Amino acid sequence: MMGMVNRVVDWVDARLPVVDAYKRHMSEYYAPKNFNFWYYFGVLSLVVLINQLLTGIWLTMFYSPSEGFASVEYIMRDVEWGWLIRYMHAVGASAFFAVVYIHMFRGLMYGSYKPPRELVWIFGMLIYLALMAEGFLGYVLPWGNMSYWGAQVIISLAGAIPFDLLPFIDAAEAKEIGEGLTTWVRGDYLLSTATVNKFFALHVVAIPIVLLALVVLHILALHEVGSNNPDGVEIKQNKDENGIPVDGIPFHPYYTVKDLPGVIVFLMIFAVVIFFFPDGGGYLLEKPNFEPANPLKTPDHIAPVWYYGPYYAMLRAATLDIIMPAKAWGLVAMGGAIVILFVIPWLDRHPVRSIRYRGWLSKLFMTIFVLDFLMLGYFGTQPATPAKTMMAQLGTIYYFSYFLLIMPFVHKFEKSKPVPERVTGGH
Amino acid sequence: MKKLAVVLFSCLPLVAFAAGGGKSEYEVPAPVNLQDKVSLQNGAKLFVNYCMGCHGLQYQRYSRLAEDLEIPEELVQEKLNFTTDKVGDQMRTAMASEDAKAWFGNAPPDLTMVTRYRSEDWVYSYLINFYEDESRPFGYNNRVFENVGMPHVMASLQEELSEDEFKQEMGDLTNFLAYTAEPVRPLRERLGVYVLVFLGILLVPAYLLKKEYWKDVH
Repeated sequence: MMGMVNRVVDWVDARLPVVDAYKRHMSEYYAPKNFNFWYYFGVLSLVVLINQLLTGIWLTMFYSPSEGFASVEYIMRDVEWGWLIRYMHAVGASAFFAVVYIHMFRGLMYGSYKPPRELVWIFGMLIYLALMAEGFLGYVLPWGNMSYWGAQVIISLAGAIPFDLLPFIDAAEAKEIGEGLTTWVRGDYLLSTATVNKFFALHVVAIPIVLLALVVLHILALHEVGSNNPDGVEIKQNKDENGIPVDGIPFHPYYTVKDLPGVIVFLMIFAVVIFFFPDGGGYLLEKPNFEPANPLKTPDHIAPVWYYGPYYAMLRAATLDIIMPAKAWGLVAMGGAIVILFVIPWLDRHPVRSIRYRGWLSKLFMTIFVLDFLMLGYFGTQPATPAKTMMAQLGTIYYFSYFLLIMPFVHKFEKSKPVPERVTGGH
Repeated sequence: MKKLAVVLFSCLPLVAFAAGGGKSEYEVPAPVNLQDKVSLQNGAKLFVNYCMGCHGLQYQRYSRLAEDLEIPEELVQEKLNFTTDKVGDQMRTAMASEDAKAWFGNAPPDLTMVTRYRSEDWVYSYLINFYEDESRPFGYNNRVFENVGMPHVMASLQEELSEDEFKQEMGDLTNFLAYTAEPVRPLRERLGVYVLVFLGILLVPAYLLKKEYWKDVH
């Protein structure tokens, strides 16, 4: 029996380098042995991605864009196990962002974007961007009242682009371009079934293809340069006589067996939400989305889902019309907040990679940054009041200052600890 | 792990905030118990008799109700289904929405998921908070939903019963609406326990496997 299996493997391997690929990415991919808690979130992103793909495929078997809201209730009530698949997908979207945010924070903490890992970071950021588009498109599909009004707000942003800043376009033309653009995005003069149909196509075909390609590139780029670790020590600089990093262990079996219990713990938390709190107190499935889309009934408070909170807070933080309308400034802040993440590898000029060996100023500013991001996220989901808007403005200023002022220069004002030659700790 | 606990606990106030927002001072907890079939059956009866003239449950099928509430289908057809002759049909109202708009200024909303877009407590509190108000076209107003277009269709019931009995009835009605909002909820919660037990058991060998392999990593 084994003989036959081996012959089949040999036959394929002579035509496609499967054994080589398996070695390169699994059994002979040497990962640092000192990964800690934060290193579970890469594999967890993959787990959630697979969850979204599988549940998504099954949802498309029963969902119909022209039926929208009724179609989702049909899945929740009449399709066998439809409720479970739908909850797994809806909660999965939030889980995806949760694990990706922690995964990004891990990169930020240990300087995992620093050379030679810039491309790994950039592919990761592109994944994050694709994910935000995917999340927004998917949020519209159940066609509840919050889907409708959320889409209304976001699509109207296309009309806020200040084209009249260009010398050859006047205000009237700019308005026309803006209106044309929003009509094009909606695929209709109003938000309608045409919009849902279009978003459905993008959500289930276009973006997932891009997302999958980017995930492959993210992992290929990572395996080319090797994983960073909590110490920020380059394990490839310490190799034994066979050319194997002394602080490296084969990804398989060591990290596959280590990830397994981590994945199970994650699934337990995921299951608690799915089975006991599927609407997450109104944060995962919002109350107005249990009513069908209604153009005549605006929800008391239009809020984005929690994972867009920080950016929505920055969008609303702009309140002054200087040169451009405030809404355009908001757009710039929101867009800039995301774009700036792409260039972190070049903004961070600290000679030390990991936060472990940076000085206390770096630690302090990073802690404030995390609190700032959480604060912005919270304000983004809340109705705006003058006090909250002011806090959001301060938060926005700190957000940009962190990347533009602190990251490039903080090392000049602090004393770092010596970075060890080898990684510390084994488990 | 300590850090993680701190992070999780700091998220708790967020959850508390989500539930709040514009809460009426008259809002009280609803006596919802989806295991109480008698209460659910009574709620179904009340809904069909008092509400369904105007409000539909357009996503709830009679047959599903029969199965979940343990009422024989023949009985459902005889006592609860006044709108269609098929037990597999959805519980739509007989009233045309154009008429409704003309009569009440607004079409009465479908109530299949009212406890999910309002809340169970809101629905219960709304039902028990009608009061006489001559200035309103139908002679009643509501403390939870001011100047509501809906007449107090339960007025006769409220007069017949003691206050506690009326609250009990409205509790049953709310319970029934909590059921229609998500018929699968009892199953979902029951299944959740099994899934967690399964994953908990699976975690043991997975962890031991990890420990065994990592013995030789120093």
